[in-house]
Amino acid sequence: MNVFEELKKIIVEIKDIPEDEIQLEAKFAEDLEADSLDIVEMLMLLEEKFDIQIPEEEAAKLKTVKNVVDYVEAKLQ
Amino acid sequence: MTARRVVITGLGMISPIGNNKKDFWDNLIEGRGGIGQIDRFDASDFPTRIAAQVKDFNVQDYIPRKDARRMDLFVQYACSAARIAVEDAGLQLDAAEAPRVGVWIGSGIGGIQTFEEQHAKMLQKGVNGLSPFFIPMMISNMAAGQVAIMLGARGPNGCTVTACASGSNSIGEALQLIRLGKADVMIAGGTEASITPVAVGGFCAMKALSTANEDPSRACRPFDIKRDGFVMGEGAAILVLEEMEHALRRGARIYAELAGYGASADAVHMVQPDIEGRGAALAFSMALADAGIKPEEVDYINAHGTGTELNDQVETRAIKSVFAEHSYQMLVSSTKPYTGHMLGAAGAIELIASVLSLVNNSVPPTLNLEEPDPLCDLDYVPGKARQKELKVVLSDSLGFGGHNAALVIRKI
Repeated sequence: MNVFEELKKIIVEIKDIPEDEIQLEAKFAEDLEADSLDIVEMLMLLEEKFDIQIPEEEAAKLKTVKNVVDYVEAKLQ
Repeated sequence: MTARRVVITGLGMISPIGNNKKDFWDNLIEGRGGIGQIDRFDASDFPTRIAAQVKDFNVQDYIPRKDARRMDLFVQYACSAARIAVEDAGLQLDAAEAPRVGVWIGSGIGGIQTFEEQHAKMLQKGVNGLSPFFIPMMISNMAAGQVAIMLGARGPNGCTVTACASGSNSIGEALQLIRLGKADVMIAGGTEASITPVAVGGFCAMKALSTANEDPSRACRPFDIKRDGFVMGEGAAILVLEEMEHALRRGARIYAELAGYGASADAVHMVQPDIEGRGAALAFSMALADAGIKPEEVDYINAHGTGTELNDQVETRAIKSVFAEHSYQMLVSSTKPYTGHMLGAAGAIELIASVLSLVNNSVPPTLNLEEPDPLCDLDYVPGKARQKELKVVLSDSLGFGGHNAALVIRKI
C-alpha cells in the first residue's frame, strides 16, 4: 500500500476536499483547516489501516502530510 | 415597559409523516400515519418490531457532508429542521443580530446511536478504539450547539432534558428568555433519534410499547379500549419564536402568538403519572393563567395521548379537573398515531401540529379510536378531521420523571 495515497483517501473522507488539493507539503492546520480532533481521527484511521501504533508524543510532532508519510513509512520498514 | 409578547414565525420538521409542512399537514388531515416495521436494524428478536421512522431523509440536502459525519442522527435531524424553520421564517442572520438570536433544543436521550456504536468498538478493540468524536457527538446539548454553529446564533443556548416533555419545556424556556429580554429570536424545539437496539430494547423491557407487530398502522390507539402501549417515533421539530415587535418590523408572517407556558412535577413516581392527574392539571392551569386565558376559551387540546392506559386516563382526568363542563365542548385529539412518540421531539412536533390546526381551522382525527375506554369520555375527534373555528389551542406533554409541560397558542 502506498502511504501517501492511503493518507489522501483518509483526508478526503474526513475533510471532504478534492484529492488533488492535498500536497505533500500541506500543513494540516493552516492548509487543510484540520482541527485537533480531525488529526486524532486521521491518525486512528492510519493506525488501523497499517496496523501500527502512533504514540501521542510522536503524533504531536506530525504537522504536515509529508511528516506523516515519512513517519508511517519508517514504521513499516 | 409593556410586556414583551412572543409569536411563532417559522416551522421546520423532519418527521415520520413528512419533512415539510405541506406533506406533514396533508398526512395529518387525511389520516395517514407513519408507523411501520423497523428496518433501521434487525429487530426480529424484539417483542416490538414497529416504529414510526423518518422517511426520505437525505442529510446532504441540508448540511455539508463533512459536517454531517460528525453529527449523531439526532443532531442531523435538529440541524435540518432548524434550517427549514429559519427559511420558513425568512430570517436573515447578520453579525449585528447574532447576539440576540438564541437556540434551545431539547432531547430526551441524545446520541444513543453513537453511544452504542462506540461501546461496541470499545468492547472489540479496547479503550484505544474509541473515537475522539464519541463524547461531542453523543451529548444531548449538541443539537443546540451545532444549530448555533450552523446559523451563527450567539444568544442564549441550551437543552432541556425532561424525557417526553423535553420539546415542550424547551419551547417554554425559550419563550421566557424572549420575555425577559435576553433574546429577540429563539430557535426552539426538540429532537430524537432513538430507534436503536438498546433504546427500543429498553422500552420493551418496561413493557411500555405496543406489540401489535402484524398491524402497525393500527398499533397506536390513544383513548381506545384495545390500546396496548405506545409506539416509538423519531425526528425533530423546530420553531422560530420571535418577539412580536421584532417580527412586525421585518414584516414576517405570523402563525400565532405563543401566549402561555406552564410546567410542573408530579412528585410521586419515576414513571407512573399521578393517578389523579394533579401534576398535568397544574401545568394546564399555569399555562392558561400565564396567557391570561380562561379555560372555556380553549377550543382544542393536542393531547399527549400516548396510547397507554395510564396516560390516557390520567390526562383525561386532568383535563376534566381544569376545564370542568367545557371539557365536553372542546376537541381533544392525539397525533401520536401519525408520528409515533417522538419522545424529546414530541412536544415540539405537536406544537407544530397545533399551529397548523389553528391556522387551518381544522383538527386532525385521533386515528384508530374505535371503541373508547369508558374512562375516556371526551370528544377525541374519532374518524375524520373536524372543521372548527379555532382561536386558542393548548398542547401538553407528560414525561418520565413526572415532568409536565403545557403551551398555549392564540390566533392574532
